[in-house]
Amino acid sequence: MSLAPETFDELREIAARYPQARSGLLPMLHLVQSVEGRVTPEGIQACADVLGLTPAEVSGVATFYTMYKRHPVGKHHVGVCTNTLCAVMGGDEIFACLREKLEVGNDETTADGSITLEHIECNAACDYAPVVMVNWEFFDNQTPESALQLVEDLREGREVVASRGARITSWREAERVLAGFEDGLVDEGPASGEASQAGLRLAKDNDWKAPEA
Amino acid sequence: MTDTLTPVLTANWADERAWTLSAYAATGGYEALDIALGMAPEDVQTAVKDSGLRGRGGAGFPTGVKWGFLPPADPENPKPRYLVVNADESEPGTCKDIPLMMASPHTLVEGVIISSYAIRAERAFIYVRGEVLHVIRRLQAAVREAYEAGHLGTNIHGSGYDLELVVHAGAGAYICGEETALLDSLEGRRGQPRLRPPFPAVAGLYASPTVINNAESIASVPAIVKNGASWFAGMGTEKSAGVGIFSLSGHVKKPGQYEAPLGITLRKLIELAGGVREGHELKFWTPGGSSTPLFTQEHLDVPLDFEGVAAAGSMLGTRALQIFDDSVCVVRAVLRWTEFYKHESCGKCTPCREGTWWLVQVLERLEKGDGKPEDLDLLLDQCDNILGRSFCALGDGATSPITSSIKYFRDEYLAHLEQGGCPFDPAASTAWAESK
Amino acid sequence: MSDVTLKIDGADVTVPEGTLVIRAAEEAGIEIPRFCDHPLLAPVGACRQCLVDIPDAGNGRGFPKPQASCTIPVAEGMVVETQNSTAVKAQHGIMEFLLVNHPLDCPVCDKGGECPLQNQAMSHGQGETRFEGTKRTFPKPINLSPNVLLDRERCIVCQRCTRFAAEIPGDPGIALIQRGAQQQIGIAEDKPFSSYFSGNVIQICPVGALTSDDYRFRARPFDLVSTPGVAEHDACGAAIRIDHRRGKVMRRLAGNDPEVNEEWISDKDRFAFRYAVRDRLTSPMVREDGELRPASWLEAVAVAAAGLAAAGSVGVLPGGRLTLEDAKAYASFARDTLRTPHIDFRARPLSAEETDFLRSRVAGTSVTYADLDAADHVVLVGLEPEDEAGTLFLRLRKANRKGLRITALSAYASEGSRKLGAEVVLTAPGAEKDALSQVNGVTEASVILVGERLATSPGAYSAAADLADRTGARLAWVPRRAGDRGAVEADLLPGEGGLDADGIVRSGLDALVVAGVDPDDTADPAAFLAALDQAGFVVSLEQRVTAVTERADVVLPVATASEKAGTFVTWEGRRRPFEKVFDKPAAYSDAEVLAHITAEFSPLDAESAEVADETVESSPTTTDSAATTTDSAGLRLATWRLMLDNGTLQRGDKALAATARPAFVRIPAALHEKVGDVVTIAGDRGSWTLPALPAELADNTVWVPTNSFGRGVWADLASPGSTVTIEGAEQ
Repeated sequence: MSLAPETFDELREIAARYPQARSGLLPMLHLVQSVEGRVTPEGIQACADVLGLTPAEVSGVATFYTMYKRHPVGKHHVGVCTNTLCAVMGGDEIFACLREKLEVGNDETTADGSITLEHIECNAACDYAPVVMVNWEFFDNQTPESALQLVEDLREGREVVASRGARITSWREAERVLAGFEDGLVDEGPASGEASQAGLRLAKDNDWKAPEA
Repeated sequence: MTDTLTPVLTANWADERAWTLSAYAATGGYEALDIALGMAPEDVQTAVKDSGLRGRGGAGFPTGVKWGFLPPADPENPKPRYLVVNADESEPGTCKDIPLMMASPHTLVEGVIISSYAIRAERAFIYVRGEVLHVIRRLQAAVREAYEAGHLGTNIHGSGYDLELVVHAGAGAYICGEETALLDSLEGRRGQPRLRPPFPAVAGLYASPTVINNAESIASVPAIVKNGASWFAGMGTEKSAGVGIFSLSGHVKKPGQYEAPLGITLRKLIELAGGVREGHELKFWTPGGSSTPLFTQEHLDVPLDFEGVAAAGSMLGTRALQIFDDSVCVVRAVLRWTEFYKHESCGKCTPCREGTWWLVQVLERLEKGDGKPEDLDLLLDQCDNILGRSFCALGDGATSPITSSIKYFRDEYLAHLEQGGCPFDPAASTAWAESK
Repeated sequence: MSDVTLKIDGADVTVPEGTLVIRAAEEAGIEIPRFCDHPLLAPVGACRQCLVDIPDAGNGRGFPKPQASCTIPVAEGMVVETQNSTAVKAQHGIMEFLLVNHPLDCPVCDKGGECPLQNQAMSHGQGETRFEGTKRTFPKPINLSPNVLLDRERCIVCQRCTRFAAEIPGDPGIALIQRGAQQQIGIAEDKPFSSYFSGNVIQICPVGALTSDDYRFRARPFDLVSTPGVAEHDACGAAIRIDHRRGKVMRRLAGNDPEVNEEWISDKDRFAFRYAVRDRLTSPMVREDGELRPASWLEAVAVAAAGLAAAGSVGVLPGGRLTLEDAKAYASFARDTLRTPHIDFRARPLSAEETDFLRSRVAGTSVTYADLDAADHVVLVGLEPEDEAGTLFLRLRKANRKGLRITALSAYASEGSRKLGAEVVLTAPGAEKDALSQVNGVTEASVILVGERLATSPGAYSAAADLADRTGARLAWVPRRAGDRGAVEADLLPGEGGLDADGIVRSGLDALVVAGVDPDDTADPAAFLAALDQAGFVVSLEQRVTAVTERADVVLPVATASEKAGTFVTWEGRRRPFEKVFDKPAAYSDAEVLAHITAEFSPLDAESAEVADETVESSPTTTDSAATTTDSAGLRLATWRLMLDNGTLQRGDKALAATARPAFVRIPAALHEKVGDVVTIAGDRGSWTLPALPAELADNTVWVPTNSFGRGVWADLASPGSTVTIEGAEQ
């Protein structure tokens, strides 16, 4: 199945953001995922056609980056950081709990198609360890209990809000934002979390400031 | 001696709707842009150079000097110049740029505009790692707002200066933090490092002169322009000027972002963060992410500036201070980091690709207690065969945790062999260990 | 560019500025181990095997760590140590890493015995590995194309193959995929690697990762005998190496000739050699009671000599695959033995204009590959280098990547033109003359390359000559066949009062001598076959049973290129001598066979020649086929041969044939919208129903590959220069 003409239009729109069209390939592959639920051969061909590349060249790019999936991803993507710091702080235990609960291995999707579970590398939120990402939204300071509740809420379709982010939509909708198409949720969530403000609060409490110019 | 915090970049992070243009403008946002546009581009460059700002992405190269490497404009063969912001923050332990861009994306956007003006770039890109959806939303909106307000686009503030800025989401590859890999990735290719020379300043993005700076570096520019080079240079140490965000994570009571002059010590920072976990002692820590050799208790008073950390045998890196207390097995920690480097090795060069594959197997063996004492020498020799032999610094970084941990904790490795396994209880190191 | 002197392993070496250390070391006779490095590919510095110690970079300071000598340019005063303890440890370390995941299956690997990894592991490795873990494994092997197989676990991802594909032919159909330890060479799902030059990746693979379906598990390198040769499939003269065992060719490889093909050959040159053993004629034959029967050489030669001697008029059609030696033998045979002026090597549409052009503008001239590198502008007309002259294509592409401007006057904007970076001037067949008069930017530093297809375009050759004369540009003719240029040099063209090939076919001569001509290649296949039937006596010198031998009175088997020594003359005019690969007692070259006939030949008297001349005068001397029909309602037919098609010399290699590009009719996009993906194309000789693709074509023009369907365009579809019609044929 070839992609819809509207998708081709959007692929071309992405490519047109750049002085050289090929720069659009990463966001274009994000768009392919949002439309197809993964990087499909048709999506690869479409990108190749728009950019004048061979499918092999596009495949080379699509298989290099871990966010691109060749197998169908569930409605939600749940990533548990198991890089050293998060692992030590409990990420390993969280990941083990979720695997057992969801009955999947790493980078696998639940039978109901609701969740793809993956252990991920450091996601730049170490001060909130252990961290779980849902559709690349932050869920800070997780415990096995909170993570189990999180996936249950996701499976039941309850509203779930990120610790520092917006209401959870779906992995596909998130991919569309990564392709450069805004989804109107920017103003949800706080400016920062508690840990981000740790030094700032201390400075305010002690009236520490950078010197005046 | 530096011992107080100095919020500059972090100052507005707790503000109501800090990410919006109106909130940013209410605290003086985009005033620096007008100041800069009133200066000659060269003078902005000079100000940044004189401020002593050094790259905040790890390497610490003086930002103004880097800008100065751009070849003079050639009227015969005018090539566009580009500014690329490295916001691929992926070094384990590093978590400063992401909260910065989430809370105050306009600080970065303003920095991009001023910096682009200074180097006469007509296009700029923010390459942000893809795994941070809300940060990307905030950046996209900030750029949109900046266009709407006339801070971007044509004839900015009536100055005649034009700039286009694109927010570009990556797709999951640590190597793209390496600047030439980032350029290949931004060109829609596999993010593998390029041969140098040519350096990006001469032939970078699309083979045009390109400056690549870390997000925190660029975000520091508006404050420097607004407050003056000497203001910035007056903070920190002589060779490591200014303030920087120190990211404390792990086994401290109040992990988080602490913005302070360079040169502050970990002893002070831990004190500010409420100390190490109750009933535990500091065991080892990274001064600047997992690629910087580990430190221990004996390094608590090392001044956290480029020179001080280097003199003590590590690197300041990204000031990613990951704190591990005595509940943590260093072998487990090092194995996990090594698995990370294996996973993130781009595959281009032999020592990194094959070396990390092999290192993991030796470390796994050791961690399970199946290894031999000679394996430690084997590990060190493998590291010697990787360090400086790899194509880029990723391979070098992979060796740091191994060589430094064997240096400080050889006995702990041997204890695994003696006991036939890991002597530590992983449950004891979790965030919830005490509450249970 | 000035010279730089540096010290390598204690010896002073002086090389041009910009030279890489690894090349400078070669100059000094010092071999640094390497895998990814290849002198014809851009440096990549990936494998790190060539690490050396540089204690002084020329500025008094050394590099703290070993450096990859394949990416470091020399500097004045630089000191390089390739064999001190630092360098050796680094090299050993890399070699050990490379072998960590290598299967070490040398005893069952095709590369064993000629493998850079195996050899350098012996010369620059430690002998023992310290690796005790689990090796990476992959299911093996996978097909990158029907012809190229990949054993991933042997691969050291040096990227020579992917760099070759992207840089040299411009066919990036293989790419690095995955990353890290899982990084591998791959293709997109269901998209085989398609390149006319794919076999080169096998040859430059420094391990046994890439093998050909053709050669895999067939032989061991140390059992093979190698003989240098020259490729016989086009007029480019690519150097090849023929590896054989017990009288059988096992494989062919690219030879290294910097002046011609560098280190590359086309897949046709590499893989198409089985024709030489299939369907071969094993013995002379003579016709008796209407049937061919085997005969002795003595008998057959005698019958041939007698029949020719008895004939009043003889035409000689020796074809375009001859060596220069054979061509000269035909010339002398026609002139001195048969005393006939009716000789023409051209086995394809031709014109009188071309005859003049070949004599006046081609014979004795020289334009070289190096001249193309030095040119400011190359104009291609009637020539599709990617399909018709592979080596020329690669050289042009290389020059273009260094800035050479290329203009192609072509009926359609082909992929080949795109890869050449050519500016395509869409030119309908027949319109070349006008197009040539309008080409801009041709100077005395330019080169005009014309193809043989211009014979069907009246005035085109002359226009090309005019353009050259007007601008001072150099002019070269690029024919398709290995023997074409040699035939011009031997003047296998109609002599004074002689008939050209078309004339010979139409004139009802008494006897014909035909060698290596496929009637279906000629302008009028039916007429050619009729001429054979009508001729009183036909002598065929051939390698295998063909439509000609079936109609001949005497059939004389001749040697293939590998069974004789000889010389091909390239399109440049360069002599390319080659040795005999196989010494087969009963394999005679055309020249030897002709000599035997001459020896038996007893000329009756001079009268026969005079009779022949009279016959000539009563016949039309030339035909201008391009002017025959012009149906204004029809579409003009553009056609050339794809490199891989139904050609006789490609028979027998299934894997090669499977890599042929799918053949399509190319039609204008607007027409495609009307008629769809399957069309019936009809001409004055027949019709085909074929798949069609839209293309950027000259107005009112369609393109069909000459020999990819049926018996080919001239036999089945249309006469040269005629028009065709297209109708939708979808159900």
